[in-house]
Amino acid sequence: MNGVEQTLIGGVSGGTAILLPALGELIGERAGVINLGTEGAMLAGALGAYAMTESSGVIWYGIIAGMLAGAVVGLAHSWITVRRGGDQIASGLLLWFLALGVTSVFGTEFVGTAITPLSNIAIPGLHSIPWVGVILFDQNILVYAGYVLVAVIWFVFYRTRVGLILRATGERPEVVAATGGKPQLVQIVAVTIGACLGGLGGAQLSIGYVGNWFNDMTSGYGFVAVAVVLFAAWRPVRVLGGAYLFGIVLAAASVLQAHGVSVNQYLLDALPYLVTLLALAVFARRGRSETPEALTRSLSRSG
Amino acid sequence: MSQRFHRLSRVLALAVVGLLAAACSSTGSSSAGDSGSAKTMVGFVMVGSTSDYGYNQAVYTASQQLAKDIPSVNVITADHVPENNAVTQTMQSMVNKGAKVIFASSYGYYAYAEKFAAAHPDVIVLHQGGFETGKFSPNFGTYWGQAYEPVSLGGMAAGGLTKTNKLGFVYAFPISQTIANIDAFELGARSVNPQAQTYLVNTSNWCDPLKQKEAAAALLSEGVDVLSQHQDCQTTVIQTAKAAGKYVVGYHYDAKSLDPSGWLTGSAWDWTPVYEAITKVALSGSFTGSKYNANWVGSFADNDNPLTLASFGSSVPSDLQSKITAEQTALKKPGASVFTGPITCQDGSTLVAAGKTMTYDEVNNISCLVKGVVGTLPKS
Repeated sequence: MNGVEQTLIGGVSGGTAILLPALGELIGERAGVINLGTEGAMLAGALGAYAMTESSGVIWYGIIAGMLAGAVVGLAHSWITVRRGGDQIASGLLLWFLALGVTSVFGTEFVGTAITPLSNIAIPGLHSIPWVGVILFDQNILVYAGYVLVAVIWFVFYRTRVGLILRATGERPEVVAATGGKPQLVQIVAVTIGACLGGLGGAQLSIGYVGNWFNDMTSGYGFVAVAVVLFAAWRPVRVLGGAYLFGIVLAAASVLQAHGVSVNQYLLDALPYLVTLLALAVFARRGRSETPEALTRSLSRSG
Repeated sequence: MSQRFHRLSRVLALAVVGLLAAACSSTGSSSAGDSGSAKTMVGFVMVGSTSDYGYNQAVYTASQQLAKDIPSVNVITADHVPENNAVTQTMQSMVNKGAKVIFASSYGYYAYAEKFAAAHPDVIVLHQGGFETGKFSPNFGTYWGQAYEPVSLGGMAAGGLTKTNKLGFVYAFPISQTIANIDAFELGARSVNPQAQTYLVNTSNWCDPLKQKEAAAALLSEGVDVLSQHQDCQTTVIQTAKAAGKYVVGYHYDAKSLDPSGWLTGSAWDWTPVYEAITKVALSGSFTGSKYNANWVGSFADNDNPLTLASFGSSVPSDLQSKITAEQTALKKPGASVFTGPITCQDGSTLVAAGKTMTYDEVNNISCLVKGVVGTLPKS
């Protein structure tokens, strides 16, 4: 296996831990709610998935537990912000702190233990495509879930009535209400599903990729996911690109070092952030703005 | 406006409940609340979790053993104390409860511990891992161990079992302790296998499992077949080696149970003898001027290194095991050191001349990677 292949394989696996929360955040933001608690949803999902897998021995239960744990954070955030009108930024940050504290308390007993992470499933036929096969089609089920979700989310957003209502809620909730819709319900459901995917991203980290739990193991990647959505200009395919790009540059930093290439380490550490930001910023300038209007209002209100 | 304030305050209240829940885990627990007795209170301040299967757990375990072994001691502990003014506050509240001896166990506590000692002449303050270069207050001391000694023994196991002659080392930051460990690891490996090279990957974080995974996977794809590390949490690297059917040399604690056949050996902390010896001196009132009122460093030579060789895994053949234990015995001779010349740096310059041995002070300020290490240190 050469260095480029290893970079891309690691980039897709690691990038999935960013992609899933980013897709979740995309759904919520399209409905007009920003959730900085995504980091908290990831932590809750990572622990929920790990704890369930470790105690039941069934990794599928772990995946479901991870999603549910994330959803709890999303439900709390939507209740505070949508039902009670709380500040979105404050609520998100506070839920992150809350999740950090709670997962550290309950997660401590799992520190130092290990499980076998999700095994890779080679997709018959596709995985034997030269080069691309080993990178994209010999991965675990959550990586494949990422591919499918991007397609599903794109389709729902742009080709279905549900997607139209969701996007309309993110633009003008009043209009949705006037046409007999329930914008608050749409937002609550969107934020909860979104955080559910955040939890799935945490699960990819704890049971999908590394096979253990450590307090605060998400190390800020939930915030990276939120940033990716912003800089991807709220478009699903760009979110995919941004998340994988981050993962790939992160993996490249390790591969280059292991290869003995002399690069300033501090530059290498900053690169995933820099490259992703730059690439997305360049692309974001193209095409009309898809910034959900309700989001800009809620953001400027809190400013 | 006031309605919004109301809503925000509710959010804040919710968060406060959460933070309190979190704080419950980090407030100190007193092992005996008997304040009327003539017991002396000894405090331990830790930066991380008491069950991190690593650095902090080693401190906690030894502190509890101290309370068991010396009946006249009451131990109080505080964990998750960040390396800022919170250290001072924690130490102050321990003193308010009656603590007479305080162990500040994280590297970053150094400046706070030193100042605290100067301001509280009646309390004996000890710092774990620091190195005082100026004058010591009569009630202050630092203690540590020659960590690189057992690390070099782990390197021997790695060098002996590698088939590709490529060893991997995942580290966090290029501090001198870590550089000394990397060099010792390579020197140990080369002592049994002159072809062995150590490949480096840095994570810039004491525990980021995602980066550790990428680092370990990158090293494995480079052909490395033994992984070692200087990280606070070591499970991810062990897991990655295990999944690939490769070997691992551990650090901080004995994690053989995670992968009995892939685990070669490692280094594990045992602070109990050090804490007990220091506490006894403090209790006897003869701390000032003692060897602990200084930079105390445990070593194999003095038979008091707090970092010990962990158990061997099933893959290490018995002749290699005896070679390693023989080297451990050799390092116990006065004047013996891993850093005995001739040792050359990567660039060919001389680190230690033939016949010379580096002092602990010199090793503590080491900045060159030895020949056989592949990779560079971050340039700052």
